[in-house]
Amino acid sequence: MPIVSRGFHGRARDTQHRLPPGQYETTDFPVLSAGPTPAVNLDEWEFTIRTEAGARHSWNWAQFTSLPSQTPTVDLHCVTKWSKFDTEWQGVSLDLLLEDVETSADYALVHSYGDYTTNLPLEDLLDGQAWIAYRYDGEELAPEHGGPARLLIPHLYLWKSAKWVHGIQLLDEDERGFWESVGYHNYGDPWREQRYQGD
Amino acid sequence: MARAAVSRRLGDRLSWKTARLADRRIESDVARTLVFEVPGWPGHLAGQHADVRLTAEDGYSTQRSYSLASAPDGESVELTVQRVSDGEVSPYLTDELAVGDVVELRGPVGGWFVWRPEQKEPILLVAGGSGLVPLMAMIRMRRAVGSRTPFRLVYSVRSPEYQLFVSELRRDDPGLDKTYLYTRSSPPQWPRPPGQITASDLSSAGWPPDFEPTCYVCGSTGFVEKAAGLLVALGHHPGRIRTERFGPSG
Repeated sequence: MPIVSRGFHGRARDTQHRLPPGQYETTDFPVLSAGPTPAVNLDEWEFTIRTEAGARHSWNWAQFTSLPSQTPTVDLHCVTKWSKFDTEWQGVSLDLLLEDVETSADYALVHSYGDYTTNLPLEDLLDGQAWIAYRYDGEELAPEHGGPARLLIPHLYLWKSAKWVHGIQLLDEDERGFWESVGYHNYGDPWREQRYQGD
Repeated sequence: MARAAVSRRLGDRLSWKTARLADRRIESDVARTLVFEVPGWPGHLAGQHADVRLTAEDGYSTQRSYSLASAPDGESVELTVQRVSDGEVSPYLTDELAVGDVVELRGPVGGWFVWRPEQKEPILLVAGGSGLVPLMAMIRMRRAVGSRTPFRLVYSVRSPEYQLFVSELRRDDPGLDKTYLYTRSSPPQWPRPPGQITASDLSSAGWPPDFEPTCYVCGSTGFVEKAAGLLVALGHHPGRIRTERFGPSG
């Protein structure tokens, strides 16, 4: 349980406002991808974390799905302006996956099957903010939504939640991913409408 | 670059620790140094930062990042916080938090914007406003380990009342050269007219590029963009310029 700081109240806040600026709510689940949906064979599936010093931590499908999982219910915000509330997932927290990783890196570059990449500060993967999800709405994650497994990082625009995730590379210096290197915002906070570079 | 004993298990970084305010010092009209006792603090490097979490009685919680101001010193951790007048967190930390009160702290974070005593090249520190804080940790670390590595500090600040660590920096620190730039109003008889940092400030108070110094630049995004751009234009290799930016985040 968090410890209460005496006399701290915070700003007035309205919990009804769940829609970031410029977004509209949708109830279906649109599909957007940079390329064709890769076919990933579960026998060959692997998730790897590689540190800046070259150390590797990897899991195959059986190892990965036997890790303790969580079932977050989160809102999704896509840069194409739809938001979807209360989506239900099952996945492994990045806190667990990163717990024993020795690193002094500040950045992460996420790699997908199909060669998609996206970058983010390592801190954004920690503290209950990110999962590698492999079930959606009680079902196996469909390939068009990133199955067998995708990154889920709901506090950033959805292009950061890399589908068909394959691994995470930890880096001392930031390195732009696929969309970030063609003009999308490097960070992508929906609440600050960070859609494109310069926003 | 040496990389000894700086990695930490991310599991240790992840855990929030209780930090009890043990002391507070006035640093300027708008800044306070908060000295926390943090049981289990794993130590840190000069230049790293920590996250502070505040939680209200109704459960509302918010976090901010602050640079660590002190050299590593056991379980004692110092943050120097400048009040952002419309901020949510900094006015609470500078004005409300009293000795004995608790916040939560997580860290240290960051492995790039750090100075390690085993570095042998000359060092240029370029600070804008409260961007001095992580650079001060480097100055304090240098002193704490008795390093003779030559340091130069170029400190740009709005006006004297915003200046941090005044008396500590006034003391003689052999091998540390200090240059102050004022952007709005300077002390009486100050030789340089108030104004933004220029190439000539950095060439006269910094190092020649062929000395291959490592340059650390910290301040607002605008300041960092400007100062780092000037260093590159003066011939410093971009790979030897490390930057840390902050925006107003109270």
